[in-house]
Amino acid sequence: MADTAAHSSHPGGHSGAGHGPGDGTTKRDFLKMVAGAGALVGAGAIAWPLIDSMNPSQDVLALSSVEVNLAPIPEGSGITVLWQGKPIFVRHRTAAEIKAAEDVKLSDLIEPQSDADRVKPGHAPWIVLIGICTHLGCIPLGNKPTDPRGEWGGWFCPCHGSQYDTSGRVRHGPAPLNLYLPPYAFENDTKIKIG
Amino acid sequence: MRGLKRLSLSVAAAACAATLASAAWAQAGDKPAAKAPAHEISTADIPVPPLPHIDWSFNGPFGTYDRASAQRGFLIYQQVCSNCHSMDQLYYRNLEGIGLSEDQIKAIAASVQVPGGVNDQGQPIERPGKPSDHFKAPFPNEQAARAANGGALPPDQSVLELAREGGADYLYAILTGYADPPPGVKLMSGMNYNTYFPGHQIAMPQPLQEGSVQYTDGVKPTLDQEAKDVVTFLTWAANPEMEERKQTGVRIILFLIFLTGVTYAVKRRVWSDLH
Amino acid sequence: MVGLNKSDFKNPVINWIDTRMPVFTLMQKEYGSFPTPKNFNYFWNFGALAMVNLVLMIITGVFLAMNYAPNSMLAFDSVERIMRDVNWGWLIRYAHMNGASMFFIVVYVHLFRGLYYGSYKAPRELLWMLGVVILLLMMATAFMGYVLPWGQMSYWGATVITNLFSAIPLVGKSIVTWLWGGFAVDNPTLNRFFSLHYLLPFVIVGVVFLHVVALHITGSNNPLGIEVKTPQDTIPFHPYYTIKDSVGICVFFIVLALLVFFAPNFFASPDNYIPANPLQTPAEIVPEWYFLPFYAILRSVPNKLGGVMMMFGAIAVLFVLPWLDTSPVRSARFRPIYRQLFWLLVISVFALGAVGAHRPQGVWVVIGRLATLYYFLHFLVILPILGKLERPLPLPESISRPVLGGGKMPSGATAKPMEKA
Repeated sequence: MADTAAHSSHPGGHSGAGHGPGDGTTKRDFLKMVAGAGALVGAGAIAWPLIDSMNPSQDVLALSSVEVNLAPIPEGSGITVLWQGKPIFVRHRTAAEIKAAEDVKLSDLIEPQSDADRVKPGHAPWIVLIGICTHLGCIPLGNKPTDPRGEWGGWFCPCHGSQYDTSGRVRHGPAPLNLYLPPYAFENDTKIKIG
Repeated sequence: MRGLKRLSLSVAAAACAATLASAAWAQAGDKPAAKAPAHEISTADIPVPPLPHIDWSFNGPFGTYDRASAQRGFLIYQQVCSNCHSMDQLYYRNLEGIGLSEDQIKAIAASVQVPGGVNDQGQPIERPGKPSDHFKAPFPNEQAARAANGGALPPDQSVLELAREGGADYLYAILTGYADPPPGVKLMSGMNYNTYFPGHQIAMPQPLQEGSVQYTDGVKPTLDQEAKDVVTFLTWAANPEMEERKQTGVRIILFLIFLTGVTYAVKRRVWSDLH
Repeated sequence: MVGLNKSDFKNPVINWIDTRMPVFTLMQKEYGSFPTPKNFNYFWNFGALAMVNLVLMIITGVFLAMNYAPNSMLAFDSVERIMRDVNWGWLIRYAHMNGASMFFIVVYVHLFRGLYYGSYKAPRELLWMLGVVILLLMMATAFMGYVLPWGQMSYWGATVITNLFSAIPLVGKSIVTWLWGGFAVDNPTLNRFFSLHYLLPFVIVGVVFLHVVALHITGSNNPLGIEVKTPQDTIPFHPYYTIKDSVGICVFFIVLALLVFFAPNFFASPDNYIPANPLQTPAEIVPEWYFLPFYAILRSVPNKLGGVMMMFGAIAVLFVLPWLDTSPVRSARFRPIYRQLFWLLVISVFALGAVGAHRPQGVWVVIGRLATLYYFLHFLVILPILGKLERPLPLPESISRPVLGGGKMPSGATAKPMEKA
């Protein structure tokens, strides 16, 4: 630490310049460390509530789950519903699409996962996905019949060209991962509850 | 100014003893006029006695809410208060805070019909409530509430405990303070006499009587018990963070006392260089 | 002067920056080695406390603003949502609310410390006046902040205070309409108050900076009120006063924590938990405690314009205080009569506070008028005359003399901190 000449006559004041009795110096250093650590803990205790206040609040977390009626969705097309502010793709797959999804060799996949792991048992026609590209968060095209679906017949992300198959698995980069699955359950054969 | 009013009085005392003496004199001068046996007494002139001080479970730095009492209080709110009073700030999910289980809360929420948006034809529909719904209000708007209550508006009870001087003690006093008006006192039509209400004329008829509700836990529903239970519930509703606040506070204060001690020790050490 | 700074810092990164932009040298000079009178007592903590408090208010305020909705339909509910649903929202809101009260406690102590020790006298007049500017800005900020929850006291406080300006002849009415952005306090008022409540604290930061600049030109006053004469009179700010201020900051946080965690509504008015209702004024309408003395002055004058002018005059008189007090001696320690009158002033201000909290009836009116009278007499009449009449006690030769002369203490034996001298 720089000290100006004008004040060099002042006693002590700088950590290196301790001139008290030896034990006093070590005790002070220990005390200083405890006080410094205490101040850090205190600053953390002030910072944490502020940071945490930016996390989702209780009313946001409590937002109700969404129920989706599957009956009006014709085979081969899908709908998009909003859940927790995110688009959820619900697609009614044709037999050919299911077969295409099931027949893929796992070794051909970027993130290997079987189709059976991505649908509810006994409900193979229904694939339910969080419709957000795992690359940078765009919403892939392919849910509407007029949309491009890409080479694998699933979804095509217009931002950077990632392509997903009919199981929502990534087949062509740059997306690194398959489309995420939301938590959902079948209430009955024509109704699911997301969340 | 909950605490401050008392404080400002004592400050005045400390600042200027003569002040208080003369204040007492002025009050003494006022009183005979109020007590004068006029042939018709205005209720505004009848002094309000000091509030009773109840030993609430939530008093003090370590106080917590008596869950059983708050749950009984919620029962009273459901069966009695909620006929007129809204609690707009509360959600059914909040009831977890008085110890109700998720299933109980779901059942309570599902027992009311709430607006459910619009159907495919664009018509408004109703659906059963969910835990994420606000408490259902008894009236759709202020006008409806006034119309149903002889022109008086039953206040929202979400933060009622905080919105009244005296807080929980005041609410208890009001609930138990109904009495026959003293002789010579004439009430306005539709008004009721209450010992503790400012001005003594309150539009709300006595809401609780002995046996107003049937408790399921074997507690005897006396007026005193009912008042305590519902006030416990209302205090929780206004201050749901209180237990967390006090518990955090105890830890923070202990830590700060420790930190102050260490800092003071360092300060003594640093300054011991100077002589 | 153009040229690189010759930095003494050894750390290469710090040195590199400091050579080009000597902020580290500046900090070292102004807060490290800054020569500070060695005889401060704990009342000299309150400047640093005010600084900490300001930072606390700004930080909590910024986070509250993330969830607050400045709209008359939403404001009350959004505050309740902060209290109930936002993680730690109750803590942030209660800290902001009680932090405001703490801020005024700290600043009032700071101000009365200046009055007692004559810190406003030459050459520190400008320093003092900047302090009064800060006080005014704080009052404006606090007033507008109190409006934001849009409770009954918010609404009626805003109505009453803005109506003060209607006392101005001719243009008063137009000014009030302009302040409101309508024909009553309403949503436009709330919106602009929120905007200004967010802005003013940063203006305060700017004036605080000037306050500190002025302080570091004149140097600090001290309990003896005599100028620093030799280097023996001073010690470097760090570590002596950084650590001493830290002790005060810890105590400050204890008091704040007691309020926030155990009596968060101690200073609050129950009426502000009732949503604003333009059709009904609360039975007892009082401002926040820190405005009570001024409110009492306002009500002590039976004339509308007169009351408003007296109220603002109560602060305006502080601006000219350096020229009203004619005594060459600063510290009340050496002014036996002034010292007693100082306490009389304190009593009258406390009495005004009590008067402001009660309805203007009976004895409260009398006390209010007497205290108001004394307040202005003290500054406008007594101080100019007293300076000429009073015979001060002999002043010590220097700051270090009474300390060094006062019995050679063996080091560490009794270890009485000398600042208590």
